[in-house]
Amino acid sequence: MTTRPDATGSDIVRPDGVRPAAARPDARWVITAATGVVIILAVLGILMAGGYDTPRALAALWNGAFGSPYALFSATLVRATPLLFVGLAVGIAFRAGVLNIGAEGQLLAGAAAAVAVGLAVGAFPSLVALPLVLGAGALAGSAWAGIAGWLKLRFGVLEVISTLMLNFVAAYLVSWLVRGPLQEPTRVYPQTVELAPSVHLPALITGHRLHLGLLLAIGLAVATWWFLTHTAAGFRVRAVGAGIGAARSAGGINPSRTTALVFLASGALAGLGGASEATGVTFALYEGISPGYGYSAIAVALLARLHPLAIMLSALLFGALEAGAAAMQRDANVPSVLASVVEALIVLGVLAFDHTRARGRYT
Amino acid sequence: MSIDAGEFLQASVRTATPLALAAYGELVVERSGVINLGLEGAMIAGAFGALVGAGAGGVGAGFAVAVLAGCAAAAVMALVVLWLRADAVIAGTAVTLLALGLTGTLYRAVYGAQGAALSVPTISPVAIPWLSHLPLLGRALFEQPVMTYVLYVIAGSLGWWLMRTHAGLALRATGERPVAAFAAGISPVRVRALALLFGGAMGGLAGGVLVLAQVGTFAEGMSAGRGFIAIAIVVLGRWSALGVAGAALLFGAASQLQYVFQSLGWPVPYQLFLALPYVLTLLVLAGTQRRAAAPAALGTALTEDAR
Repeated sequence: MTTRPDATGSDIVRPDGVRPAAARPDARWVITAATGVVIILAVLGILMAGGYDTPRALAALWNGAFGSPYALFSATLVRATPLLFVGLAVGIAFRAGVLNIGAEGQLLAGAAAAVAVGLAVGAFPSLVALPLVLGAGALAGSAWAGIAGWLKLRFGVLEVISTLMLNFVAAYLVSWLVRGPLQEPTRVYPQTVELAPSVHLPALITGHRLHLGLLLAIGLAVATWWFLTHTAAGFRVRAVGAGIGAARSAGGINPSRTTALVFLASGALAGLGGASEATGVTFALYEGISPGYGYSAIAVALLARLHPLAIMLSALLFGALEAGAAAMQRDANVPSVLASVVEALIVLGVLAFDHTRARGRYT
Repeated sequence: MSIDAGEFLQASVRTATPLALAAYGELVVERSGVINLGLEGAMIAGAFGALVGAGAGGVGAGFAVAVLAGCAAAAVMALVVLWLRADAVIAGTAVTLLALGLTGTLYRAVYGAQGAALSVPTISPVAIPWLSHLPLLGRALFEQPVMTYVLYVIAGSLGWWLMRTHAGLALRATGERPVAAFAAGISPVRVRALALLFGGAMGGLAGGVLVLAQVGTFAEGMSAGRGFIAIAIVVLGRWSALGVAGAALLFGAASQLQYVFQSLGWPVPYQLFLALPYVLTLLVLAGTQRRAAAPAALGTALTEDAR
């Protein structure tokens, strides 16, 4: 159970005569500007306090993200791709009021299934093998989220807790797979053998790491947007997110069915993200295959106000941030975890922004 | 090769100590109706605080700074959830992300980019004279660092406090029905704020134990999900003080089993045992119908008529 957006819009005067802060439109821009200033000051403060070469670090941040074709096509967009998949997964779930914080586990399940199937169908031509592999990833992510969905609908288990637990189970599952049944034959490294070239997602630009996964993710972002805004099922998703009681009584909607659908769709998106990462970037399964994409996804989706098309932009921003932070660590020795600080401050800024928009809502 | 059951139990209790400390903090927070995913952040903040404090003023200062750092993380959480009225799940993940990022960055900035292996003074186990000679359980329970004994005191008194004091009643009322608590003259906002601060202090203390009683140094992200394990422990322990103790021991023992199997040379995948407590938590949640033991208002924000 969470606070849900009110259906009446923002121009409400509460019975006690207090106008919500939404009546002051300037406040939002003040918050946005303040968040920006706080983030910039925090980054500069940390850089200066740490005694780093600040101009050099900032130059590395920019160059690492956008400074060269390599930065853009082999770093920023490559990192933005999984963030887009999981950002969509979190976005659609939150839109329906499903607090899926298990995108990480669903991504891992998707990656594991994709590699397992990929190892088996490596001899097939790409046109047959790739759909099988990606399908397996989506299915596995869906199944993993489906456990949490089933637990919620059948037993009333809070999805916050179940999806969090399943993240850990998925991580241990991957750890076991790459040390057990799927380990490479020499049994030295905790990883699988490399996937056959027929199950690699093709590169979009010769000589760069950017792969077909990005186009797939963009296609899914547009499809998700279309689904939410132009289909009856999408309307039901938004209606359930706006309030289960109203959706049931006024809309004649079966909230359980819609919630189940959202769990499965959200898991499928995250699972596809894992499959895309495994077949487009790593070409193998190992424990650290996701540096917490599933957790960053929450920030990605929130910054985009859960709007599928805007999630493309915020995934790009976060991809650039992480690529730039990695370059900053390489060139100026600045720890790349600084990116997490920025991500967290963005989320907190968005929450503050929402406070001024309408009290008690988070979407 | 045989294994020493006493040694295994002692290691289990040692591993369980920080988990249980954090879990008792989370128990109080969840009893007030909030799920604090920022606990992991409080823990890593506490671990870093312990390093800073112990480096400046010894072990005592280390624990003090650890508690303060945990409180600071919780204060951010309380501010965002109670004052900005944001969703606790999102706020909690943000606080954890913030603490992980800040501690990692500050650690490298202050102690050098290489993260030179710093070691701080640690506290060694103190054997309690007569009790530690009890067979089997003696060393496990009574030859531990002093914070484990602090844990016993907290574990023993918390259940009583929850059930037998006015403050405990106010806490439970806020977690069950904030509106009713409000009508009875209790301020749910204040109760939840204090609960979050207590949870942060305990999370910070747990981080301190990790550094000052176990590892002896700090590493980026060393809390390694223990804050989330503590949340699982509270659920598995059915929101009761006694249940939390048992669940913490189970998680502690599960993570020690891998070493037992390694030393025995059994080809059992140790990941199975690490994942088992999480699966068990899910099963317990599913098996007990409709959250009977969970606070009724768990995970719900305070409405206008309760603040």
